[in-house]
Amino acid sequence: MNAVIAYRVAVVAGAIALLEVLCLTGVIDKITMQAPHLIARDLFRLLASGQMNGAIVKTLTNTVIALVMALTIGVVAGALIHRWRGLRDTLDPLFATYYAVPVFAFYPFFIVVFGLGDLPQILIAFMLGVVAMIVNTLNGLDRVPTVLLKTARILRLSPVQTAMRLTLPAAAPYILTGVKLAVAYAFIGIIGSEFILSRGGIGYEISFAYTNFDNAVMYPLIVLILIASIAINSVLGRWERTLLTRRGMR
Amino acid sequence: MKRWRGARNALTLIAGLLLLWQLVYMMVGDIALPSPLATLRYTGVLVTSDTFGKHLFDTMRAFAIAFVLSVVIGLFVGFWLGFDKLSGDALEPMIVTVYAIPKLTLYPILLLAFGLGVSAKVAFGVIHGVIPIILFTLAAVRNTKPILLKTGHVLKLSRPQMVRWILFPAAVPEIFTGLRVGFSLTLIGSLLAAMFASQRGLGYLLMTGIGLHNIELVMSVTLLIVVFAATVSTILLQIDRRLHRQG
Repeated sequence: MNAVIAYRVAVVAGAIALLEVLCLTGVIDKITMQAPHLIARDLFRLLASGQMNGAIVKTLTNTVIALVMALTIGVVAGALIHRWRGLRDTLDPLFATYYAVPVFAFYPFFIVVFGLGDLPQILIAFMLGVVAMIVNTLNGLDRVPTVLLKTARILRLSPVQTAMRLTLPAAAPYILTGVKLAVAYAFIGIIGSEFILSRGGIGYEISFAYTNFDNAVMYPLIVLILIASIAINSVLGRWERTLLTRRGMR
Repeated sequence: MKRWRGARNALTLIAGLLLLWQLVYMMVGDIALPSPLATLRYTGVLVTSDTFGKHLFDTMRAFAIAFVLSVVIGLFVGFWLGFDKLSGDALEPMIVTVYAIPKLTLYPILLLAFGLGVSAKVAFGVIHGVIPIILFTLAAVRNTKPILLKTGHVLKLSRPQMVRWILFPAAVPEIFTGLRVGFSLTLIGSLLAAMFASQRGLGYLLMTGIGLHNIELVMSVTLLIVVFAATVSTILLQIDRRLHRQG
């Protein structure tokens, strides 16, 4: 295990050192990219000055709204679709091809319908996240042991009680996989749509800095997003692993 | 029998979506959303126009080059990481993490590095498509049945022979799944690239549609993209399922 961690550290450190050397020797010119230590310095200054706080708050708020919508609607829809066999068969081709279709292609259409506000972005993030949630909820519910369902019937639990007390907790590890994907998708959806066309947010700031060749703002912000999404993802990944280990599934 | 049920489900779904579209149209009206019929009519006009071919060609060229590159790089890296256990263990979680970051934000870097042209779009398609191909190939190589590998050792096969005669045939179904996912993601990548800072391509056409408030154009291009992506991915999914059933 230690060798693995050493390997990983070596790869990351090596990549940064390589970029540093290439930038300092001028192989990569200043207009293309700044040296990593300058990016770190600029990132610190940018965050300390607080000029990006508004954009960060806006992006995070929208992400959380879209995420909460995707999670609740995804789980409820998943539970309903699971009970209704015919609907599930009909929707199956949709789920199978859903992530092959570029959801961002709908963004222009949403802007036309809802205007250039927060709503189109939230909708895109929601659409990206909700199907991962539904599919994983279905997957989890499929694997609930029959004996639990029989117990529920013996105890005469209502469908809602069965869902709340037995099936959903039993499906929790799979649902958590869905949550992990939904978080990533919500983030991608909000930042991506801000980036394409919007009036604020971190994605917008990056594209604004790009059009102005303002590398001192663009690179730090990109690094900020990378760090944020890697951090969120590894926390969720660790939680998922704990849950799976507790169930003896790994 | 089973195939007919699948076709029936797909048809019900398409009919349902069209119905939904029509209902939304009746609710929001002409200015916000053209009806399915009007969109189809406009799509007919659009497809036969001269400029459309140019945009389609641009996107398809970027997409084709990106996909070929993704496959070559993905298979190579996937086999390497599958063989070399230390590298595989160390790099696989990192690759999974890269998959989850909003890659659109990396696009400005690619634009600065490759310039405003087809190569930036290709590079963007590749960083989308290469990851699933690597991950699926890696898993396939790792999960090869030990007895097959032992047979190879007994026959004293060299490493290239091992890949050619044992690992590759055993891993084909899994690799195909990777290619299928990689195909969709490469397409998404090349389309997205054209939506930002580009002068040609289907993504550019979409953005022009917004700029000119030409909703019919937006809907037609969206429809074409969705139909193309869904059709190809359905076909690939069928092949994928057949390969897995044989294996």
